[in-house]
Amino acid sequence: MDGLLHFGQTFLLLLRDVTPIAAILFGFQLFVLRRRINDPARTAVGMVFVVFGLALFLEGLELALFPIGRLMAAQLTAPEFIYGVAGIVTDPAWSDYLWVYAFAAAIGFATTVAEPSLIAVAIKANQVSGGTVSINGLRIAVALGVAVGVALGAFRIVTGTPLHWYIIAGYVVVIFQTTSAPRSIIALAYDSGGVTTSTVTVPLVAALGLGLAETIPGRSAILDGFGLIAFASLFPIIAVLGYAQLGQRRAQAVERKARKRGEAGSTDSHNPQISGDNAVSPED
Amino acid sequence: MPHRRLEPDATVIVLLKPLLRSLRDSLRDLLPIIAVVAFFQYAVLQQPLPELGRIASGVAMVLLGLALFVRGLQMALFPIGEEMAWNFVKRGSLFWLLVFSFTLGFGTTVAEPALIAVADEAAQVAAAAQVIGSGEEALSRYALGLRLTVAVSVGIALLIGVIRILKGWPVHYLIIGGYVGVVVMTGFAPPEIVGIAYDSGGVTTSTVTVPLVAALGVGLASSIKGRDPMLDGFGLIAFASLTPMMFVMLYGIVIG
Repeated sequence: MDGLLHFGQTFLLLLRDVTPIAAILFGFQLFVLRRRINDPARTAVGMVFVVFGLALFLEGLELALFPIGRLMAAQLTAPEFIYGVAGIVTDPAWSDYLWVYAFAAAIGFATTVAEPSLIAVAIKANQVSGGTVSINGLRIAVALGVAVGVALGAFRIVTGTPLHWYIIAGYVVVIFQTTSAPRSIIALAYDSGGVTTSTVTVPLVAALGLGLAETIPGRSAILDGFGLIAFASLFPIIAVLGYAQLGQRRAQAVERKARKRGEAGSTDSHNPQISGDNAVSPED
Repeated sequence: MPHRRLEPDATVIVLLKPLLRSLRDSLRDLLPIIAVVAFFQYAVLQQPLPELGRIASGVAMVLLGLALFVRGLQMALFPIGEEMAWNFVKRGSLFWLLVFSFTLGFGTTVAEPALIAVADEAAQVAAAAQVIGSGEEALSRYALGLRLTVAVSVGIALLIGVIRILKGWPVHYLIIGGYVGVVVMTGFAPPEIVGIAYDSGGVTTSTVTVPLVAALGVGLASSIKGRDPMLDGFGLIAFASLTPMMFVMLYGIVIG
């Protein structure tokens, strides 16, 4: 009964968030574009699915994942776990926190795979690219990026190095990659930075940052706890660009090998492909 | 009469079949989280999972919710975004398209719960740094100002992003220009706002907005001659996560 009440609250809150969006959409559709909505019944059912589905999703996360995720983040960063004794850490060595980095990477990867807005963008990219971009390939590339990003972000909090140096270095890498990556992937790669950090990833990653910043002396939860989300949105860009570059390089290698074989064949005697073409053209 | 009785059955099957398929997909999507939590709980922390029943029912809700969301996406959000893009292009009204883009960006961001949380925390940071007074009124005024700043910046991001699609400008010039802007402003912004500014880029793009904006961009790019949906259609979300960083730092500079 209590749970049902809580679910009702979540549903109403979401409804409040979605109402302005729906008002903008249908307001413009009806009053500016002056068009009726195509298949209003299907649209209405779809909208209900979206709101109800998100409410269930968030409520389930709040019930199952968030409490335990927060608890684990707190336990893994607690001095009792890392040093075996409670108390204040005086001079933390970055290597004492290996389990924290491992957890950061694992939870970053796992939550990104389940991120609904990433699923949406991956479905769209798959449709638009005619299947060249695979839904799961993109999601895994993005998730790997988040994993590296969040782990590095945890390392930054432990070592207390300034946030902006990491971000600026990341930008430089992105700019270099942009100059050589296949053009068709660039916009999608940039977009994948923005979609990683919504409903699932942010609460857990923020809890981890907060736990770290609170237990390490000289770190302030407010100043150093922030920044993990920035890491989680920068590194997927690098990962997606890198994934596309790898694919491109492999395709080029295959092509080069094929061309070499072709050249070897033509010096030998006749290139079979060319003779085949010649055989066809007189008929035309 | 008899065919009326048949109709709902057919609808139910049409609705149910893809739903079952996406239910299976969501289970696969959720497995990594379950594996990570179980591994760290049992192998690393060596503790039993508390309240297994609660966790099981939560997981079931997440599964069903994700499956419903993905179905709703394909039934409503994607078609609406694309259809509106088509209609705007067909009507040829640039002015209204731009008004729509700004309104969509502003309207979906200003009430975003994650943004409200970040703005409140930022106000506390500013009060602690004695940039603003520590009174209740000063705090809420600062937080509201920050929220409006971010919402305006997302509106502007969509506006610029839509103009880019129409003109066919390459996305990377604008993004790299934005990066340079962020780097330069980092040098001038008060240090306590930098972390918040960087994070605010990530919190502006909500789960309902992303599919809509993606469909809008792709729809625009595919309904305009000479635009490629892959090259030109994406990029709106990237703008929406870049401009808030600059605007939040600007806010910090102006207020501080």
